[in-house]
Amino acid sequence: MTTTAPFAVPDADPALLARLHARLEDAATGDAAPDVHYRTVDSPLGPLLVAATEQGVARLAFAIEDEDEVLESLATRIGPRVLRAPRRLDPAARWLDHFFAGDHGPYPGPVDLRLARGFRLAVLERLREVPFGRTISYAALAARTDAPRAVRAVGTACATNPVPLVVPCHRVVRSDGSTGAYRGGAEAKVRLLALERDGVLPASGGSAPRLL
Amino acid sequence: MSISETAKAPFERVVGEHGPLVWRVCRGMLDQHDAEDAWSETFLAAMGAWARFDGNVAGWLVTIAHRKAVDVLRARSRAAFPTAEPPEVVSTLGVPDGRDLDLWAALALLPTRQRAAVVHHHLAGLPFAEVAQLTGTTEPAARKAASDGVQRLRSLLAGKDIA
Repeated sequence: MTTTAPFAVPDADPALLARLHARLEDAATGDAAPDVHYRTVDSPLGPLLVAATEQGVARLAFAIEDEDEVLESLATRIGPRVLRAPRRLDPAARWLDHFFAGDHGPYPGPVDLRLARGFRLAVLERLREVPFGRTISYAALAARTDAPRAVRAVGTACATNPVPLVVPCHRVVRSDGSTGAYRGGAEAKVRLLALERDGVLPASGGSAPRLL
Repeated sequence: MSISETAKAPFERVVGEHGPLVWRVCRGMLDQHDAEDAWSETFLAAMGAWARFDGNVAGWLVTIAHRKAVDVLRARSRAAFPTAEPPEVVSTLGVPDGRDLDLWAALALLPTRQRAAVVHHHLAGLPFAEVAQLTGTTEPAARKAASDGVQRLRSLLAGKDIA
């Protein structure tokens, strides 16, 4: 709605609106907590969107996914009370910073895998056991589940992983050693594997990936 | 996008789209400090009800903000030594004429009925029928209150940046 004032109305300045928003974030806890809170985190792979429920990190999206669509999907699948609340996700942001700097530790906070169901959820649970610097083939990962022949379904579970990096689906490669597809783009996967192998994330569009 | 018609938008979008509107209502009705409280309380209440809400979002938010503001004004007027709304706020209109009476401070000098009519119609854009409903009066009375309020504001702000 626009104003129709017959006199000048001062605009709410951005700094004020930011302060008001921060107050809203602080108040939105406990019974008043949103269904989903989120923030973006700058990373060498571009801005990442991190979203969490009260139970833990539920979604991580790369920039190639449209932010509005990700938020709409979260509103539909989890709940419409979706609020930007950066400070509540500071621990996740710090972990991502450390991860991209070569820190080996798995994400230490709670993870909410409600966006994965059934077999896909089981695959993600097995996948969390694969440590930094290691890779596993789709077939070997299938072998760790109740359906050892469901290699294609394992591929689907990885491709639809709601929390890449936190659940390290980039560590799943083809049996022939090639990297395969990735939700954040094939190049991102190659760079992540190089980071875990060499301790340094190579620049985008750099030298030919050795894994291919 | 594969969102069905009935799906609710993420609440953050509501805050982004209507934050400035709710601020104009809160600040028009209250001093800076109370307005900041009322703004966050309005969105907190709206977020709580968002999953069930269906209708005109802007009008709904103005209604919530209005009620928060009226509660604060009532509490203030019940206080033994009312301290509400001295025209103490530094001008944000940037008119360097030595006077510190800006729009918000001028609004605070209006009777509540006029103040609400001016804020809800001229600052929030509600039609007079909705202003009347919100303030528990008739449409002609709301129209008159806004007109009287604007006239009073013009004289209060005389020499200021008015159209």
